[in-house]
Amino acid sequence: MPAKTFRDAPAAFADLKDTGVLRDGMTVMVGGFGLCGIPETLIIALRDSGVRDLTCISNNAGVDDFGLGLLLQTRQIGKMISSYVGENAIFEKQFLSGELKIEFNPQGTLAERIRAGGAGIPAFYTATGVGSPVAAGKEIREFHLPSEDTRYHNRSPEAVTGTFTDMKARVAPRAASAPARREYILETGLYADLALVHAHTADEFGNLVYRKTARNFNPMMAQAAAFVIAEVERLVPVGALDPDQVHTPGSYIDRVVPARVEKRIEQRTVRK
Amino acid sequence: MPLTPLTRDQITIRAARELRDGYIVNLGIGMPTLVANHIPKGMDVWLQSENGLLGIGPFPNEAEVDADLINAGKQTITARPGASFFSSADSFAMIRGGHVDMCILGAMQVSQDGDIANWMIPGKMVKGMGGAMDLVAGVKRVVVTMEHNSKDGAPKLVRRCSLPLTGQRCVSMLITDLCVMVMDEARRRFVLTELAPGATVDDIRSRTEGEFLVAPNVGTVAV
Repeated sequence: MPAKTFRDAPAAFADLKDTGVLRDGMTVMVGGFGLCGIPETLIIALRDSGVRDLTCISNNAGVDDFGLGLLLQTRQIGKMISSYVGENAIFEKQFLSGELKIEFNPQGTLAERIRAGGAGIPAFYTATGVGSPVAAGKEIREFHLPSEDTRYHNRSPEAVTGTFTDMKARVAPRAASAPARREYILETGLYADLALVHAHTADEFGNLVYRKTARNFNPMMAQAAAFVIAEVERLVPVGALDPDQVHTPGSYIDRVVPARVEKRIEQRTVRK
Repeated sequence: MPLTPLTRDQITIRAARELRDGYIVNLGIGMPTLVANHIPKGMDVWLQSENGLLGIGPFPNEAEVDADLINAGKQTITARPGASFFSSADSFAMIRGGHVDMCILGAMQVSQDGDIANWMIPGKMVKGMGGAMDLVAGVKRVVVTMEHNSKDGAPKLVRRCSLPLTGQRCVSMLITDLCVMVMDEARRRFVLTELAPGATVDDIRSRTEGEFLVAPNVGTVAV
C-alpha cells in the first residue's frame, strides 16, 4: 500500500493535477463550521494549485482573509453550496456582481445530504424547508413522522409481512387516533470530486480523531468524495489509536498532511 | 399605569420560565442566547449547540479559550461536565428527529397560524438560513422571542407572512415586549395569556395585524 502521509500539503498536492484529481470545474467539499475545524493548510494548497471555477460545498465561506475567503480573493470559486455566508465582504461583492453563485441549504439538510452521498443514498425526504423557498421545484410527499408510526413504519399495512399477528393487523384499520401525515421534501445526496478535512489526530493509515466542536462537517465530508485529504495536528503510528476512539476509519482517507496554520478564533468571548 | 414594554432582558427572563428540569434546549443567536443567563437555580437544562455539542457551559476565562470549542454563533464557549461532542449530521439528527425538547428563536414575522419568517428579506443580501429551518421543523416546542413591532411600528404578528418562510405552522409560543401568546393547536390561533405591565388587550389589538384569541383570565407578565 502506498504511504498516505506527506511531509506537507504542497507535497501531497504535487501530482494531483497530472493524475486528474485536481481540475477546473471540479466540486470540492471543505470541512469546518465558521473558522472552527477548517482545513486551512489544505485550502492554501488548493489556492496555490490554481484550479478554477470550483463548486465548493462548505457550511460557511470563511472570512475575507481566512478559510474559503482565500479562494474568493483569487476568484477560484464559481459556486458555493452553504447554509450561511455571513461574515464575508468579498463574498457579498462577488455575489451581488453575479460572479459567484450560491445555493443555500438548511444546515441539517446540508449535513444530511453529505452523509447520504457518502452512504450511497441518492435522495431522502425531510420536513425541513416545507413551505419555504427551499422547497421550490422539489418533489413533496406525505409521510407519518417516524416516531408516530412505530407499527407500520410508513408502509401500508398490506405490505407488512411476517407473523400471524401482523397478518391480523392487515385487516385491522389504522387506529382513528393515528396522527396526521406531514409533508416532506425530497433532497438529494451530495458527493464531491475532492474533500479537504481537518482532524486533530491521525495514524499513518488515516484513522482520524476530531477534537471538540472542530468535528462538525469533517466526518461526513471524509466519506463523501472520490479523493480525500486530511490535515492533522498530530500524527501517530498505526496501532497508537484506540480503535474504540476512532471517528473516521482510515479507509476513507487518501492522504494525510500536517496542519501548519495557526487556528483562528472568530468571536473570542470570555467570562467577566 | 402607563404601558411599560418588557426590556430584552425581561423577555428572556420570561422565556426562561418555559424551561423544565431535564430539557434539551437549543437557543438561537442574539436575544435567545441570553436565556441561558436566567435558567432557574437548581434546574438541570442541557443546552444544545447545532455545530455539535450537547451541554454548553459558561463562557471561558482567558486561559480556557479554545479555538476548537465554539457555539453556533461562533463564540468561544466551554463544555459542562457530562457534555458530548458529535458531528453536524448527528447534531441535526438530534434536532430533526425530535430529540430536542424546545428551541427559542427570534423572528422577523410570525403569522396568526404559527408560520415563522426569520431568514431573508427579498432585495437585501441573504446570508443564509443556517440551522433555523431544521430547528423549526424538528423541535417539539418552538418559542419565539421578538419585539411586538418592527422599528417602523409595523406589526410582526401578521395574517400571512410577507417574507419568505422559515417554517410552517410551527410556533407554539410567542413572547414579545408587550405580551405572551400560546398557540391553541385545535383552533390554530394564538391565545393572548399575559400582558406587559400597563398594557391592555386593545393595545395589543392596535399593534397586531393577525387574528388572535384572548384567554379568559389574562395576567400580567411576571418578571
